[in-house]
Amino acid sequence: MTTTAIETRGLTRSYRGQPAIADVNLDIHEGVITGLLGRNGAGKTTLMSLITAQDRPTSGSIRVAGREPFEHADVIERMCFVRDNQRYPDDYKLKHAIRAARICYPNWSQEVADRLIRLFRIPTKPIVKKFSRGQLSALGIVLGLASRSPITFFDEPYLGLDATARNIFYDELLREYAEHPRTIILSTHLIDEMDQLLERVIILDRGRVVRHEGVDELRGAAYQVAGRATALEEHLRGRAVLSRRSIGGLGTAVVNGAVTAEDRELAQDAGLDITPVSLQDLVAAYGLGVEDADLGDGGADPGPSAPGTRTRERSAA
Amino acid sequence: MFDDTRPIFLQLADRIADDVLRGIYNEEEQVPSTNELAAHLRINPATAGKGLARLVDQGVLYKRRGIGMFVAPGARALIAEERQRDFAERYIAPLVAEARKLGLDTSDLVRLVETEAAASVKEATS
Repeated sequence: MTTTAIETRGLTRSYRGQPAIADVNLDIHEGVITGLLGRNGAGKTTLMSLITAQDRPTSGSIRVAGREPFEHADVIERMCFVRDNQRYPDDYKLKHAIRAARICYPNWSQEVADRLIRLFRIPTKPIVKKFSRGQLSALGIVLGLASRSPITFFDEPYLGLDATARNIFYDELLREYAEHPRTIILSTHLIDEMDQLLERVIILDRGRVVRHEGVDELRGAAYQVAGRATALEEHLRGRAVLSRRSIGGLGTAVVNGAVTAEDRELAQDAGLDITPVSLQDLVAAYGLGVEDADLGDGGADPGPSAPGTRTRERSAA
Repeated sequence: MFDDTRPIFLQLADRIADDVLRGIYNEEEQVPSTNELAAHLRINPATAGKGLARLVDQGVLYKRRGIGMFVAPGARALIAEERQRDFAERYIAPLVAEARKLGLDTSDLVRLVETEAAASVKEATS
């Protein structure tokens, strides 16, 4: 049985009349690593800020463990939000940041912090303000994992990290998660690199949830088809097209839905190539959309998963 | 390591089944735990767990309470039987389709298979 860690209903946050998050209804599963995906400006950071009560919604509600976080300090205490641009007081060195975190987070593990500081080789002498982008990210990861908060948010935690440091992060995240299961929500653009770490995925586009599913359901849930534009148009008729582009007489489209054996045969006969779509390609397809494409024939099915049409919440069993 | 065509847990299950078939894990031998697989392959533990659970459902693995997962007796035969059933669809059908495209007829194909099989036997015995 899955329980809900975070529930949002009609959650909306507008800045000067422009919605950054619009009518978001989510039930984020407890004890699961969920990826928050979408283009820049899709609303990922806003959503995390709202849930952690660092920002207030324009309308709608948030429940964490059944309660509104903004009014309950003990609910806020259960959460840790590692921002990509976390600010520290001017005179803070590593030890001050660690000391403050130890006070803030009731489940703090100094052992984890010490190990990660060593692995990431975070310097102890300079003030945090002088840290490089990678060192700042590493510090954020230390705080996030060592906090052992029941709900932990990471906002693009890998910024500036080299390949070795990113692998350390992935390994330590899995290790900590295995030993102390908790709800983890992380936003990322490095989807090809990180999709294996995720159990569920939320895809945001222009402030709306376009998918919320298990990664297993999303693998093979869409496909790419490419070939001559005329044959492609024929194939796309009546299908849910997520994105398409064409160059001269050639075209490529990402189609929502699994490929049947019959589709494959027909496509092959028409000289079309059908290839699987990675999660990264799927997110990119949602981000690209179809509005720029010529849909004059009314062929594309504006089904429930067409981008930006409505907030969609689909739970896997 | 994993491709985008199918869920990772299915690919993981196939890979472990493959290892059993090749004798990397023998019958009654323990296989890695969910967390070991997750850490080793850098995948979500729930995904690893689903892969193992699938093999339990198929009778390839069985659980010893408090100890871990083991390869079931008869697992190799079970996997081989299943793979043989899929063999025609997975290997022969694309082979025939490609041969048709190249204008090879059935007798050409049979001859090519026999030549290749003979070479592989020779290689194995030399």
